[in-house]
Amino acid sequence: MRTITYSEAIHESIDYNMEKDETVFNLGEDIGVLGGGFRATHDLYEKYGRKRVLDTPLSEIAIVGAAIGAALGGLRPIPEIMYIDFTPGCMDMIVNQMAKIHFMFGGQIKVPMVLRTVCGAAGYNAAQHSQSMYPFFVHTPGLIVVTPSTPYDAKGLLNTSIADDNPVIFMEHKRLYTSKGEVPEEFYTIPFGKADVKREGDDLTIVATHALVHDALALAEEMEKEGTSIEVIDPRTLVPFDKETIFKSVEKTNKLIVADESILSCGMASEISAIVAEEMFDYLDKPIIRVASPNCHCPFSMPLEDAYIPGKEELKEAIAKVL
Amino acid sequence: MKISNDDKIKMLWEMMRIRQFEERAGELYVAGIITGALHASNGQEAVPVGVIMNLKEDDYLQSSHRGHGHVLAKGGEFKPMMAELFGKITGYCKGRGGSMHFAYVEKNILGTNGIVGGGIPIAAGVGYSIVYKGTNQMVACFLGDGAANTGAFHEGINFAAVVNAPVLFVIENNQWAISVPRKWSDRLVDLSKRAAAYGILGETVDGNDVLAVYEAANKAVKEIRAGNGPVLLECKTYRWKGHHAGEPASLQYRDPKEVEAWLKKCPIKKLEKALLEEKIISEAEIEEMTKKIEQELDEAVEFAKKSPLPEAASLHDHLYV
Repeated sequence: MRTITYSEAIHESIDYNMEKDETVFNLGEDIGVLGGGFRATHDLYEKYGRKRVLDTPLSEIAIVGAAIGAALGGLRPIPEIMYIDFTPGCMDMIVNQMAKIHFMFGGQIKVPMVLRTVCGAAGYNAAQHSQSMYPFFVHTPGLIVVTPSTPYDAKGLLNTSIADDNPVIFMEHKRLYTSKGEVPEEFYTIPFGKADVKREGDDLTIVATHALVHDALALAEEMEKEGTSIEVIDPRTLVPFDKETIFKSVEKTNKLIVADESILSCGMASEISAIVAEEMFDYLDKPIIRVASPNCHCPFSMPLEDAYIPGKEELKEAIAKVL
Repeated sequence: MKISNDDKIKMLWEMMRIRQFEERAGELYVAGIITGALHASNGQEAVPVGVIMNLKEDDYLQSSHRGHGHVLAKGGEFKPMMAELFGKITGYCKGRGGSMHFAYVEKNILGTNGIVGGGIPIAAGVGYSIVYKGTNQMVACFLGDGAANTGAFHEGINFAAVVNAPVLFVIENNQWAISVPRKWSDRLVDLSKRAAAYGILGETVDGNDVLAVYEAANKAVKEIRAGNGPVLLECKTYRWKGHHAGEPASLQYRDPKEVEAWLKKCPIKKLEKALLEEKIISEAEIEEMTKKIEQELDEAVEFAKKSPLPEAASLHDHLYV
């Protein structure tokens, strides 16, 4: 099968859905003429024009608010917020409007939109361009939260997101844009709420998201040689969340590490740990270990950013604790 | 401009419906029958009526937290509105919204909004969907003077201006943002001056004169429908009641003389007086209208009382499609 990047996979899905459905359009900062900070919307402006690839004023409240309004008006908008770090400025639109309109209005109207944004620390961008604060969105009922880790998952899940009638937060990860993987040329979808067992194993379960999936897989590969068999599970969507696949794995391995790049306190690793602890306590031989970004801002300087980003080293330490 | 007698009578009727609905809702609130937040618009009736009488059936409405009047003027009906205030499943939002989240999508009423300024960028987006689809619709977006100082106001109106969205932004300037007076909110005399900052048309009008509001809105709507983009219309009026229905009467942040002076400028009395003088309507006919509305309200309250409450098991309904 052909191999394309994560960024190309996202681009392919947007392009296909725009061709298929006249109501699908994009809006955001620098997504048109420039083609998006991470190239995900490149050449779409040339192909579809400004109406459907709308470069907006630098106004995050307006981008999300207008997308909500356009959805209410019968369109299927794909707003882009350049970095997740900019979402606090438009949190009212996301939390109080986008997530609640369908509910507050008693189901009278749908808000079909896919808010694409970017998380993760990379390239020494310091404290305001490096965060993974999507637990805010997991904390907000009414939103679907998607975290693809591979080009295959990115295309399939974006296709599902655009077709879905609920508001979706589609979380892309900076360190993954140039990663490559096999992606079918044809259209396909991946259902929400279905975790993917990225690697089977018997001794230990690692639930990982985004870039940490790849760290976990690399480590599992290395440890296989030492005789340790690690199962790696990617939830792929944080809302809805597929706890069954994780429970089944924990039943088998009796040990769990949860790895996610959001901050440790009230982060996704904490939430998943709580879900498992609550229902699977009797199956656990050891305490659940969380691997997450520390309770600290992401600093600028190279050695400090390296110390901040959770990765293979942190996973190794966690494994040493449970094995 | 020439306004027909029928239209003038309709204006009176619509304003009376709003006033009487607000009065009844206020009574039910004080009696403890209606709960939650209730932001009454007594005294401001000329604004929704004067503006919305210029709209067509398929035009959109985006409203504020003080939105009963807008919803009623756009075709909201007493029964489902009252039922919603009672938290009943026969309400427009099946008891999920209440006063702050009235929506009646069938009439393109896209909701009142509990977040001040929250509806402004949304209205801009609805406007963009109209540009996108190329229909001849427009949006009326109501907001208070308090909302004019939110970031959403700036971003929303600027966005609407940039994409030439057919939106009439109506500032219902009722002089008070809860307890904060105009002079502590900004330095402008006329908030419509803000329009210049966005390169759009702006006008200020006496918001207690329904004919003046109608005329100004008519002019604005013509501009908007001609494809000239959004317009900002400021209607100066006054909030007769407290910020919300539960505000204790002992709260005295306003000079009673100021309130008194505005009570004398009642928009309904003003139109009544003109219509009586011109012999377009009689006292008896007004009396008849009042009674008819009261009777309708009685029926609505009865309907709301008899309607079932939602089942606790339906808590999660409508969270997702």
